[in-house]
Amino acid sequence: MSLTLAFTAAALFSIGTYLVLQRKLSRIIIGIGLLGHGANILFLLSGHRGAPPIIGSGDPASFSDPLPQAMVLTAIVITFAVSAFLLALAYRSWLLTHDDEVEDDVSDRLIAGGGGFEDEEMADALVELYDQPTAGGE
Amino acid sequence: MSALVALPIVLPLLGAGVSIVVGRSRAAQRAVSIVVLTAVTVVAFTLAVVVDRDGSVVVHVGGWPGPVGITLIADRLASIMLAIASLMLLAVLVYAIGQPGAERNHVGFQSVYLILAAGVSASFLTGDLFNLFVAFEMMLTASYVLITLGARPDQVRAGMTYVVISLLASVLFLTALALVYSATGTLNMADLALRIGTIDPGLRAAFALLLLVVFGIKAGLFPLFFWLPDSYPTAPSAVTAIFAGLLTKVGVYAIIRTQTLLFAGSWPATLILVVAALTMLIGVLGAIAQGDVKRILSFHIISQIGYMVMGLGLFTVAGIAGAVFYIVHHIVVKTTLFLTGGLIEHHAGSSSLRKVGGVLKTAPAIAVLFLIPALSLAGIPPLSGFVAKFGLVSAGTASSQWAVVAVSLLVSLLTLFSMMKIWAGVFWSPAEEEPDVVPHPTGRLGGPILMIAPTAVLAAVSIAIALAAGPLYALSERAATDLLDPSTYIRAVLG
Repeated sequence: MSLTLAFTAAALFSIGTYLVLQRKLSRIIIGIGLLGHGANILFLLSGHRGAPPIIGSGDPASFSDPLPQAMVLTAIVITFAVSAFLLALAYRSWLLTHDDEVEDDVSDRLIAGGGGFEDEEMADALVELYDQPTAGGE
Repeated sequence: MSALVALPIVLPLLGAGVSIVVGRSRAAQRAVSIVVLTAVTVVAFTLAVVVDRDGSVVVHVGGWPGPVGITLIADRLASIMLAIASLMLLAVLVYAIGQPGAERNHVGFQSVYLILAAGVSASFLTGDLFNLFVAFEMMLTASYVLITLGARPDQVRAGMTYVVISLLASVLFLTALALVYSATGTLNMADLALRIGTIDPGLRAAFALLLLVVFGIKAGLFPLFFWLPDSYPTAPSAVTAIFAGLLTKVGVYAIIRTQTLLFAGSWPATLILVVAALTMLIGVLGAIAQGDVKRILSFHIISQIGYMVMGLGLFTVAGIAGAVFYIVHHIVVKTTLFLTGGLIEHHAGSSSLRKVGGVLKTAPAIAVLFLIPALSLAGIPPLSGFVAKFGLVSAGTASSQWAVVAVSLLVSLLTLFSMMKIWAGVFWSPAEEEPDVVPHPTGRLGGPILMIAPTAVLAAVSIAIALAAGPLYALSERAATDLLDPSTYIRAVLG
């Protein structure tokens, strides 16, 4: 039983890692979800097994450890909330650019290119994209 | 006294709720936030005085005794961090109210900001690793919203990187917690400190490294810092200032707490010193390559994190005292610098060095407000940065760690160089290009009084830190002594 769950956690971790390494935010979100599930199952496994831990239903020594279950519940709620936020972010990205690709940082690319782009138009486009009016200007 | 410990967490959360209810009136929302954060600041400073006089204050929430119950503990380090953090939160709030943009346009800003405050307080005060995870999540979720508040293309792009990296760190944190719990059967830090000595030393070192990676991502340690300079500059200036001042320092706090309480001596501290030296060096070299005020300052956050971790890596009272003093100095100075960056942007319409110029003539007040923290950051006497760096360097020489001392001195010089690059580009030389947006009309002051005043107050605080360096350093030394002797912490929690 425990071994099955351990393998499940391992599988979730590996698939999650693969998906997180993708370029599209929608895949990354699924990957993060799977990684979260993997961590939650691992957490569930960290307590000992036994009868349902309800006071008065039997010998406390035979109870399963309720602490990891309570903690996992908290972690699941947090993952749920943040996944919702990420989906909203992906949707916003789709509205703005018709894509949800996680792009390189524009300023990084400018500096990596030594500031001199062979393609002048490309450089101008990048500079324009980077110099969106910030905070004070909205 | 013990009720004081819960207030910095409970008050902002209540305030966030009230703020949503009164969402129709921006004035009411502002009043709620200012009242709440002023109260938290008063409580935090009272707590710092009480803790320093009488020792740690512990609360077992709900009356369940440790290690089962939820433990909140304010020891010297936590109360110092809380006091300085709440002062920053209050000052930046006033700045945000004065700044056109983020706060005025979004009904959610005030409540999310208060949740961030609650998360920061909870991270400092919790005595339990799982609650540290929850506090981190509270703080980070609020920060996700704040960083993408404008929903502009650059914010969405930077937000993606920031959120995904933070989430990966959280998953790793949860995994580490699961492994620690299955090895020891507890996550209460005091209880864990007692039990972790009995497990396999290899396993203990692995946990130490795992948690260092988790908190290192949040703190921006080399080589885990790459997300920081991409995401921070896109947020509104007030938000960037509070992120720069507090969020990474919460990571550093968690590193110091766990490495001293749980993992002291379990693995070679030399590795921490190597990471510290590389963090300093890479951060400052990154800063030199940039051409935008906010990005230069963002890279400096990374470089400065190296100094704090260097103090920890020395693992002596002098070293950790230096790190604690450095954190206090850095929180104030870094927040001030980012607020000044926002003022420059407000005054000149851009924060790019090529598009801004001659600000010394048009707004001398901003120049003064920039120069004080900038020289302090570089470590010019008699400012607070000099005291902090002197403390760390003398601790390093006392431990004969010459290599890291040499790197830290070199990095100071490079810091001064890149601060002067901003000075020359923004304040002296004329602008080479037109700014992207039409600058706000400003008077001689260079900005609205509500933006100038909090920046000036923080600059004054950084000078006050230098003036009161003696007593403050003694306090840092007492905090460091506590940290290196976990038995007082354990006794305070478990009785």
